[in-house]
Amino acid sequence: MRLIIEITKYMMLILLGNYTYFSFRIFRYKNKQKQDHLYSLLTIIIFFLHFIGHFTLYIQIRNDKLILLYCSEVILFAIILLLYRAIYPKLSRLLLRNMLMLLAVGFIVLTRLSFDKAVRQVAIVAIAFFACLIVPYIIKSCPWLNRFGWIYGVSGIVLLLVVLIAGTTSHGATNWLNIAGISIQPSEFVKLLYVFCIAAMFHEGTDFKRVCAIAVMAGANVLILVMQKDLGGALIFFVTFIFMLFAATAKPLYLFAGLAMGCFGSFIAYSIFDHVRVRVMAWQNPLGFIENEGYQISQSLFAIGTGGWFGMGLNQGLPTSIPVVDSDFIFSAISEELGGFFALCIILIYINCFILAINIAIEQKNTFPRLLSLGFSVMFGFQIILSIGGVIKFIPSTGVTLPLISSGGSSVVSTVLMFMILQGIYMKGKTEKKDGLTETAATEMEVL
Amino acid sequence: MNRKEEPKFDKKSIYSVVYIFLGLFVLIMGYYTYFMIFRSNDTINSTYNKRQEVLAQRVVRGEILSADGQILAKTVVDEDGSELREYPYNELFAHVVGRSSKGLSGLEETENIRLLTSNINPLGKFYNDLSSIKSPGNNIVTTMDTELQQVAFEALGDYRGSVVVMEPSTGKILAMVSKPSYDPNEIDALWTELVEDENSESPFLNRATQGLYPPGSTFKILTSLEYIRENPSYLDYEYDCDGSVDYDNMVIHCNHNKAHGKVDLKLSFAKSCNTSFATIGKSLDLDRFHTLCEDFQFNSNLPIGMANSASSFSLQKSESSVKEAMQTAIGQGKTLITPLLNGMIAATIANDGVMMKPYVVDHIESAEGNLIKKYSSQVNSTPMTVEEADNLTKMMREVVTNGTAKDLKDLKVKAAGKTGSADQNEGKAHAWFVGFAPYDNPEIAVSIIVESAGTGGDYAVPIAKEIFDAYFK
Repeated sequence: MRLIIEITKYMMLILLGNYTYFSFRIFRYKNKQKQDHLYSLLTIIIFFLHFIGHFTLYIQIRNDKLILLYCSEVILFAIILLLYRAIYPKLSRLLLRNMLMLLAVGFIVLTRLSFDKAVRQVAIVAIAFFACLIVPYIIKSCPWLNRFGWIYGVSGIVLLLVVLIAGTTSHGATNWLNIAGISIQPSEFVKLLYVFCIAAMFHEGTDFKRVCAIAVMAGANVLILVMQKDLGGALIFFVTFIFMLFAATAKPLYLFAGLAMGCFGSFIAYSIFDHVRVRVMAWQNPLGFIENEGYQISQSLFAIGTGGWFGMGLNQGLPTSIPVVDSDFIFSAISEELGGFFALCIILIYINCFILAINIAIEQKNTFPRLLSLGFSVMFGFQIILSIGGVIKFIPSTGVTLPLISSGGSSVVSTVLMFMILQGIYMKGKTEKKDGLTETAATEMEVL
Repeated sequence: MNRKEEPKFDKKSIYSVVYIFLGLFVLIMGYYTYFMIFRSNDTINSTYNKRQEVLAQRVVRGEILSADGQILAKTVVDEDGSELREYPYNELFAHVVGRSSKGLSGLEETENIRLLTSNINPLGKFYNDLSSIKSPGNNIVTTMDTELQQVAFEALGDYRGSVVVMEPSTGKILAMVSKPSYDPNEIDALWTELVEDENSESPFLNRATQGLYPPGSTFKILTSLEYIRENPSYLDYEYDCDGSVDYDNMVIHCNHNKAHGKVDLKLSFAKSCNTSFATIGKSLDLDRFHTLCEDFQFNSNLPIGMANSASSFSLQKSESSVKEAMQTAIGQGKTLITPLLNGMIAATIANDGVMMKPYVVDHIESAEGNLIKKYSSQVNSTPMTVEEADNLTKMMREVVTNGTAKDLKDLKVKAAGKTGSADQNEGKAHAWFVGFAPYDNPEIAVSIIVESAGTGGDYAVPIAKEIFDAYFK
C-alpha cells in the first residue's frame, strides 16, 4: 500500500513536471504538426495525472462513489475538449488545457479533503463550461460591448451595495449573498464587470478628466469592499485599476502615484481597522499568536514544512488541520501531500496562464479588447500572488481563493467566464489579423 | 466593429506590466524555496504541529544523547516492528529528557518533530520510502554530562530539591537534577500513583526550572549589588551586629542569634549577617532595586526552550513597607526564585557580568552523524559591569575562605559562592548554595537547593563540594 502511494506520488510529480515543461516549450514550436502532437501529449498527461490521483485516493478510501465521480470528471473533460474544439477551432488550446490541468489537480485535492465539496465543484464546473460555450461567440460578434462603461460600473457598484446591506458574513467578511438557498459571492462577478467598465471608459479617451472620473468609480468599488471587510477583494480591484490606468495612458507617473496611494491607503486601513492589524500581527509572528490569530497561518506552514519537497503522499498528511483548507488555503494542502516541487509546478502553470492571457492583450489593436484582456490578466495574476503569498507567509493573508483549484462556486464560475472572454478576444484578434492587419501571433509569442 | 480611429498604441507599458508581475511571481517562488530550505525545520518543530503521528508512521524516533556520547533515550524496534522507547539512565534524566508516553515532556516534547524528522541521505530515504521501511530520525545531542548528573543526583540523596550545573561562559547546562524523580521506562505502570501524588511530592515538576523558592541569603548577592550601586563609598560601610534587629514590632535574627560584632559589607556578606543586610534594606531605593532585579530576569520567563516559571520580585516604593524591604533584603519576604535563575545569576558574576542564555541542546545530527543544526551560545543580557562582577566575586570568595561555606576551602580549586537558608513557615529551612569555580577563571557554576533540610552551609555546600571534586579531578 505505502509502496503504491509513494510511487504514485512521484509519478504525479513527474507528470506535472513534464506538463509544466512542455507548456512552456510549446511557445517555441511553430510547426503546426509538432504543435498538434504536443497538445495531444498535454491532454494525455492531464488525463493520466487525473487518473493516478483518483486511483491513489481510491485504494485508500475504497469508496465506490469515487469511481463514479472520477468517471463523470473524465467525461466532463472529454466533452469540454471536444465541444470547444468543434465550436471554436481557433481557440487557444494551451490556455484551455492549462485550465483543465488546474481543475484536475483541484478535483483530486478536493476529493481528498471533502468528497461532498468535490461533487459540488464538479457540477458547478460542468455548468460553468456549458453556460460559457456562448461567451467567446458573444465577444467575437458584439462590437458594441465597449459602449456601456457607465452601465457596467453602476450595476457593479449597486450589486456590491446590495451585498453590503443584505449580505451574510463568512470568515470575517460580509461578501456573500443568499438567493433561494444558493449562496454566491457577487464580488467574483462584479470584478469582471469592473474590468469591462474601466476598459470601456478608457476606450473613450484618456484625458485627465476622464481618468479622474474612472478613478472615482474604481475608488467607490474599493471602498465598498473595504467596508465589507473583504481585504483581498479590495486589493485586487485597486491593483487592477492601477495597472489598467498605466496601460491605457502609458504614463509611469500614474503607476507610481497609484502604488504610493495604495501604500498610504494600506497604512490608513492598518491604523483604523482591528481586523487588518490582526492579519498583520498573525503574519509577522504566527507562532507567537498560535492560539488564535496565528493559528491558521501556523498550521499552513506546518503543513508545507512537514510535507517537504516531495510531499507526504495523497491522503497521508493532515491538511484538514488548517481552517478553510479547501478554499483559501488549498495551496498548503497541495504542498503538504503532493510536495514542494509539485506546488512550484502549479505556480509555473499559473505563470503560463498569465503569459498567455497578457499575450492576448499585446496582440490587440483596439483599446477596448486590449485593456479588457490586460485587466483580466492582472486581476488573475494578482489574485494568485495574494492567495499563495498569504498561505506561505510571504505577505499577510487576505483570504483570497486560488483560481480553478479552490472550492467555491462563484470563484470557479467567474474564472471560467473570464477565461472564455479571453478566448473570445484571442480568436477575434486572430481573425482581424487575417483581415490584413500586420504581424503574426507567432512573432508575438517569441518576444516572451 | 469599432470604426473609430484608434490611437497608436505603445506596447512598452504592457511589457512593463509583464515584467512587474513575472518579478512578483519569481519573488513568491523564491520565498517559498527559501522557506522550504531554511525556515521549515524550525517552524514545524512546534508542539502545536499535530503531524507527529503522521511522521511516526514513517520515521523511527531518533535518539537523545549526552555531550559525552551516552544514550539518554532511544527507540528499540522489535522484529515484529513494535517500538519501545528506552531510557537507559532510568530516573536520572527524567525531567530534562522527559517522556514520550502519557503525554510528552522535556526534550521529548520540545524536540519532538526533529526526532521524528529523518535527514539521512535522500537516496536512502527514497529507497526506504519505496520499500516501506521506516527511516531513522534525527538525533538530539545535548550539553548534559552524564557523570556530573550522576554525582549531583546521588549527592542530593533522598532529599527533595534541585541541582543545576552550567558553564558560565556559554550557558550550557551540564547537569540538571530535580528530585523526587521517576523512571520514564515505567511510566505506564507508575502513572496512577504519580498522578495521585499522595505525599504532594510533585514528581513531574522540574524543580530546576519550575520550582519557586524563597532565595534566602543567596539573595544578598543582589542586595549587595544594589547597595554598591547606590553607595559609591560602600567600602566605608560599617555595622555593629548584636544578633538581632528590631523594627516596628518585627525582629530579625542572625542565624542562631549569633552576634557578628563590627562588620563591613564584605564580612556581612561572608558571615551572612541578617541584621546588617536588613538594615541595608531599609536604606535602599526600592524602585531602583526593582529595576535591577528585573534586569536579572525576575518577573519574566527564562530564555530557555523548556517549561519554566517566572521568578518574582514585588518590592516597589509606592506599595511596599519598610518591614517588607528589610525582609526582602535578606531573601525572605515575597521574593521567589527558580534554582535555574539563581544559577544563572552566579554564572553571570562568573562571566564578567554577561548573562548567557541557558541551553540544553548542543546540536542535531542525522542518524548517520551529519550535522543538521548547531546551536551556539547566545548572550542574553549584560546586567552588570565587569567591576561589579569582580567585586561580587571577591565577596563570594570571602564566603568560602572566611564565611559560611568554609567546607569548600580545602578543594583543589578555589571556589566562590553564597549559602542561603530559606526559612519556611513550618519545618526546617531550604538549604541553598550558589557558586562557581575556579573563582579567578570560572569553568562551572552551580545552583543547589535542598528542600526542608537545614542551613545551606550544612546541607547544600557538601553537594557543591562533590560536584566540584568530580569536575576538577
